[in-house]
Amino acid sequence: MERKVEMEEQNKLLNDVTQADYKYGFVTDIETDIIEKGLNEDIIRLISKKKGEPEFMLNFRLAAFKKWEKMEMPDWAYLKIPPIDLQSISYYAAPKKQPKYESLDEVDPELLDTFNKLGIPVEEQKHLAGVAVDVVMDSVSVKTTFKETLAEKGIIFCSFSEAVKEHPELVKKYLGKAVPVSDNYFAALNSAVFSDGSFCYIPKGVRCPMELSTYFRINAANTGQFERTLIVADDDSYVSYLEGCTAPMRDENQLHAAVVEIITMDRAEVKYSTVQNWYPGNKEGVGGIYNFVTKRGVCRGVSSKISWTQVETGSAITWKYPSCILLGDNSVGEFNSVALTNNFQQADTGSKMIHIGKNTKSTIISKGISAGRSDNSYRGLVKVMPGAKNSRNFSQCDSLLLNDTCGAHTFPYIDVRNKSSIVEHEATTSKIGEDQIFYCNQRGIDTETAIGMIVNGYAKEVLNKLPMEFAVEAQKLLQLSLEGSVG
Amino acid sequence: MLKIKNLYASVDGQEILKGINLEIKPGEVHAIMGPNGSGKSTLANVLAGKQEYEVTAGEVTFLGENLLDKAPETRAKDGLFLSFQYPVEIPGVPMANFIKTAVNEHRVHRGEKELTAGQFLKLMREKMELVEMKTKLTNRSVNEGFSGGEKKKNEIFQMAMLEPKLAILDETDSGLDIDALRTVANGVNALKSPETSSIVITHYQRLLDYIVPDFVHILYHGKIVKTAGKELALELEEKGYDWIKSEKGN
Repeated sequence: MERKVEMEEQNKLLNDVTQADYKYGFVTDIETDIIEKGLNEDIIRLISKKKGEPEFMLNFRLAAFKKWEKMEMPDWAYLKIPPIDLQSISYYAAPKKQPKYESLDEVDPELLDTFNKLGIPVEEQKHLAGVAVDVVMDSVSVKTTFKETLAEKGIIFCSFSEAVKEHPELVKKYLGKAVPVSDNYFAALNSAVFSDGSFCYIPKGVRCPMELSTYFRINAANTGQFERTLIVADDDSYVSYLEGCTAPMRDENQLHAAVVEIITMDRAEVKYSTVQNWYPGNKEGVGGIYNFVTKRGVCRGVSSKISWTQVETGSAITWKYPSCILLGDNSVGEFNSVALTNNFQQADTGSKMIHIGKNTKSTIISKGISAGRSDNSYRGLVKVMPGAKNSRNFSQCDSLLLNDTCGAHTFPYIDVRNKSSIVEHEATTSKIGEDQIFYCNQRGIDTETAIGMIVNGYAKEVLNKLPMEFAVEAQKLLQLSLEGSVG
Repeated sequence: MLKIKNLYASVDGQEILKGINLEIKPGEVHAIMGPNGSGKSTLANVLAGKQEYEVTAGEVTFLGENLLDKAPETRAKDGLFLSFQYPVEIPGVPMANFIKTAVNEHRVHRGEKELTAGQFLKLMREKMELVEMKTKLTNRSVNEGFSGGEKKKNEIFQMAMLEPKLAILDETDSGLDIDALRTVANGVNALKSPETSSIVITHYQRLLDYIVPDFVHILYHGKIVKTAGKELALELEEKGYDWIKSEKGN
């Protein structure tokens, strides 16, 4: 009996430790221009008109909308998704004041204050060596820095709207090539209504001299966020792209359905890193972001490489499978993920690696961490086509449970259609060791710090793949997401 | 330093310690010997504050304060160190980071400044030499892939880094070859001072050739049944525990 009581106490302690309040819950009061709620063809025409888009974009949106109308929301994920009323969402919000900023002094002080609260002071970012920031506030880019430095190398890094206006030929050529409009329900929705996002083009033979990063932030209440990112790396080029986000605390749920497309040509490499920290809802599971994301890269050229690295700690619901289509011979795809769920969060995340070219290689490293009453699933597909001779995949899916009330699930799908390829899959599930925590305690380290340390150690293999400054942020985030009040 | 009065403790509802009395003064080395299952490791874990051990009666004061009310990390920072019988592996956490965090927690507790990276490295090198520990071990994850001997050396290295007032060595000699045993013992002896004390838990007299105790206690069925000087260890080595068992009855 005593043993049982002790166990309950231990669980209670772990629960206390893992129940921290969301630290980035605040709302920025900036005037926004919001169109009426609802979704129909007229709304899509209005969005396109408000953005002053060329006809090909309107046609793209309308084609997507027509497909979407015939689609149903997917229900195959291990998620309980409350009904989402897409007609009660406003599909466009833009800050009213849109001056062109020459210096940070001209930027709305409230916005700067927001960044300060986030611990990402924009004024310091200027000095941060090698980081260009394209800040997306709601849907329209407010500030772009380092653009000129990049322009000297012929690199295009701008908001998606700007790209549509200034580089329509590139957008037209590559948009929807990795994620077709009819790919899935949420991708079709995004294609129809997307507001803004980022566009990046690295010309032939250019190594982007700095990490490119964008901070996303949902702000206006009741506004769905539909970001669109397109990255094209031409022959022999390289870029490392960082995406990180936090969102203010809200009670009503907010839908987020982003699409990211990457295309790499011969011998090009794109590294895409994400730290995702949308508002996860409160301890009782009220509120939080619904995050339905489609991320896909196509290694179109020979010996090209795309790697996805993600640290997912936020959102009430995460539905996300960054994938690689390995079309070019000898191309390489990588997926490295840490997904942490706490309280009532649900995550169904993983990757798809589709081997089409010869000698293609892919690696999947997935580290799930579950706490509270959350559910954390890995779902992955490795598909090797008949022509993908001598291809290789290695997948490793680990789950770490912090208590007895959370869940970890693994759904690996493997489909190999030739005999010369090798596919390996390893999986482990473990519970955080009370002995490990006690060992730390005995050295003077409190339980909260100990759990942060153990979790970071567990996720290290993936954190190591992140660029330095991001890795530090991610480590803090993992600790924060599990932090609480230990007496 | 440490006063244990009439201590009773149980685990899983089973009573293991049945009225322990023990006093340790500064500068003293106490050896606790006894057959398997007599409660030696339980005593060590109760003193360190491991959760599943429930104290049902008795009191323990450490440096004049009630020890049993304190969280394990507070006991550690007050100067109580346990060298684990089975050191735990923590994958992905480099040993150097781990011990740096521990050292700084201790320093903050004492109202001192945290060490700079340079000061820490210097201290670490010095203490590693003490136990002849290889540099590469501190770059590895805590105890992961360490041999049995390396794990035990690592415990003494941590002890050297944390400079405890009272060290409890729980079967630090088990699984050590004679060279490693000597190294570990030398490390322990080097840390000895008139202000620090230690409790050496062991099955064998072997370790006590190197770490010479002031007192030897025999723990049997959760009680200290005999206390004497270091010669008691030799007697045990010669006669085994059977005479204790027959003397005390089963």
